[in-house]
Amino acid sequence: MSDDGLRLEGVTIAQGNTPLLSVDAHVPPGCVLTLMGPSGSGKSTLLSLVMGDLAAIFRASGCVSLNGRDLAGLPPEGRGVGILYQDPLLFPHLDVATNLAFGLPRSGTRAAKRAAVEAALADIGLEDYGPRDPATLSGGQAARVALMRVLLSAPSALLLDEPFSKLDTSRRAQMRALTFERVRAANIPALMVTHDAEDAQAAGGPVITL
Amino acid sequence: MLRPLPLLTALVLAGPVLLGLFGTILPAMGLGPLGQGLSAEHFARALDWPGLPRAMAVSVTSGVLSTMGALAVATLILAGWHGTRAFAWLERLLSPLLAVPHAAAALGLAFLIAPSGWFMRIPALLLGWDVPPDLLILQDPRGLALTAGLITKELPFLLLMMLAALPQTGGRRRLAVARSLGQGRVSGWLKAVFPSVYSQVRLPVLVVLVYAMTNVDVAVILGPNTPPTLSVQVTRWMLDPDLGLRAVAAAAALIQLGLVLAVLAGWLLAERLVARLGRLWVWSGRGCPERGARGAGFALGTFSALAVLGGIAALALWSVAARWSFPDMAPEALTLRSWGRFGPEMADVALETMLIALVAVAISLVLVLGCLEAEHRFGLTMGQRALWLLYLPLLMPQVAFLPGLQLLPAWFGAQPGLAPVVAVHVVFVLPYVFLSLSGPFRAWDGRIARVAAGLGAGPERVLWRLRLPMLTAPLLTAAAVGVAVSVGQYLPTLLMGGGRVSTLATEAVALAAGGDRRAIGIWGLGQAAAALLPFVLALAVPAWLFRHRRGLRDV
Repeated sequence: MSDDGLRLEGVTIAQGNTPLLSVDAHVPPGCVLTLMGPSGSGKSTLLSLVMGDLAAIFRASGCVSLNGRDLAGLPPEGRGVGILYQDPLLFPHLDVATNLAFGLPRSGTRAAKRAAVEAALADIGLEDYGPRDPATLSGGQAARVALMRVLLSAPSALLLDEPFSKLDTSRRAQMRALTFERVRAANIPALMVTHDAEDAQAAGGPVITL
Repeated sequence: MLRPLPLLTALVLAGPVLLGLFGTILPAMGLGPLGQGLSAEHFARALDWPGLPRAMAVSVTSGVLSTMGALAVATLILAGWHGTRAFAWLERLLSPLLAVPHAAAALGLAFLIAPSGWFMRIPALLLGWDVPPDLLILQDPRGLALTAGLITKELPFLLLMMLAALPQTGGRRRLAVARSLGQGRVSGWLKAVFPSVYSQVRLPVLVVLVYAMTNVDVAVILGPNTPPTLSVQVTRWMLDPDLGLRAVAAAAALIQLGLVLAVLAGWLLAERLVARLGRLWVWSGRGCPERGARGAGFALGTFSALAVLGGIAALALWSVAARWSFPDMAPEALTLRSWGRFGPEMADVALETMLIALVAVAISLVLVLGCLEAEHRFGLTMGQRALWLLYLPLLMPQVAFLPGLQLLPAWFGAQPGLAPVVAVHVVFVLPYVFLSLSGPFRAWDGRIARVAAGLGAGPERVLWRLRLPMLTAPLLTAAAVGVAVSVGQYLPTLLMGGGRVSTLATEAVALAAGGDRRAIGIWGLGQAAAALLPFVLALAVPAWLFRHRRGLRDV
């Protein structure tokens, strides 16, 4: 179906009267679209537009739709758009399991939620890490928890804001592989902003250079 | 729900000040329900008061000298010692003193410097005096004791304010550059760092200046008596059973306000003069006596801290002293008899004090969090002017608008009591809660909110489940600051309570005149403890709550 996936139609963003960028793109489910460009080219601003919290100094036009639904006017929490940053940003006052449970759909029973969290932890090789303080995890472990946290919330699309830039080289390759594999498995469209050409290559999808 | 809060907060800050000022001006000119028509009679009566010139002079000298003194010592400490181990030690010594209420600090200081106080007992022991010397050290007519007391109490405030402003000025690097250009540590700091730091702490300095000129509690305890400072005289007229004197009090309050405005104008002129002199100093290339300046800064800072701590120790010792005659350094025996006598009543009043403080802090927290959250969600800011609004109740002398605020409800038939006291406490607590909380609240990583929104959490859930829990420590600190401010309020409680509301502040100051040292010891100690204990809790509770959460311990 042509409706599926993330669609950016005639999207332009301007700061005051200065045009910043214009994009036309379609990201089908399971595919990663990479945006590259120098700092200040508005890459992260485009992510803000898709998230729904564009700062007031920017003006945007065009249409952003997800699986055929126009996102305009929807609050960030109502869009089903998850985001990963270069920092894992685990909530420091909650243990690892509660972090994972934060975005679980509200409908499930407590037992079902627990089981989902346990399975997610086992999935990334962190069994028994549920009660741990997130600050005690290594960088790679925290990044994996952050990925599972966003996937557990069953988003309809995923945004990646330079997601691997803070990992050391050996972990970076692993984390890339894991992330892209999960995006394909979840069959959701992903939009990645990066400086790193290797990220784009590993993503395997189309690349837009701003 | 949220949108009207910034406007409401602005009203809470500015409303009472402007209304109170209005309520002071009307009766002073003979207008309003109690007046007999427009006349200059009340001003004439206030001007006729024989003590006026002296009262005005002491207000000005004690206010200006103490502000300059506290600013100078704080500057010397920072210039000479910032970044050293000695500085860390001094900072630890001085910071808790910030919370000690003015009245308790002044009472303790009085115990030290009175002719029969701890200081005089040293020469007395050495020289064999058996009666205290006949000196007017305390409550001296020139207000020197008052000035010294104000310096010791305002020094920690200015030092911590300047310390907070320092990172924004890049002081460390600037000092390194200045020193590489051949300046000494102190002269380099004064020439290259001080101007930016001062421009950041200008409002707090002006707050200190206004408070020092117009405070009532410290002036009652340490200041001269016949005549007292102008603010103390205004308060006496306000509390006089002869209601006709209220209008004279209002007129005198406006004279006080005029005096404050004149001194503020003079201070702003002096700023320019000092800036010009500073430029001449830079051109001259001369340094300053480094060792002397550093030594003076350290000695004065230490002495000031020890004076407040020693005063509190004196309060504590007197509260448990049996017989303690001059010139012994310690009482003959310790006893809990005084606590048995005054303790229960003090505890009752402490409870009421805490009740007032907690309600005022709760209201302030709701308003402050509402403002900050509205700023975050809707980009609703009150702008740069908001800072002036925040400082308005602190820059307006209490004695200039509280009389009007007290007179106003009387016209409408309202009664003084607990509710007006709490309401006016909010006016003074709120700015400090805002100043304490706004930094950490705004510094919170906004990406966390975006991650949470991506997980389907709306703004309410982000606020209650993420932002506020993560800000537990700064929230509790802001609450402790608010409690300390409320516990220290003397004049608002006295005037708005109409004599029906007693707090630790009003009771402690009232006892000062009586001279029962054991009672003063207990009440002064009670007031200090009521202000300090919340800080202990604000440190201990998050440390315990987040003992297994390393990520929250450094924020």
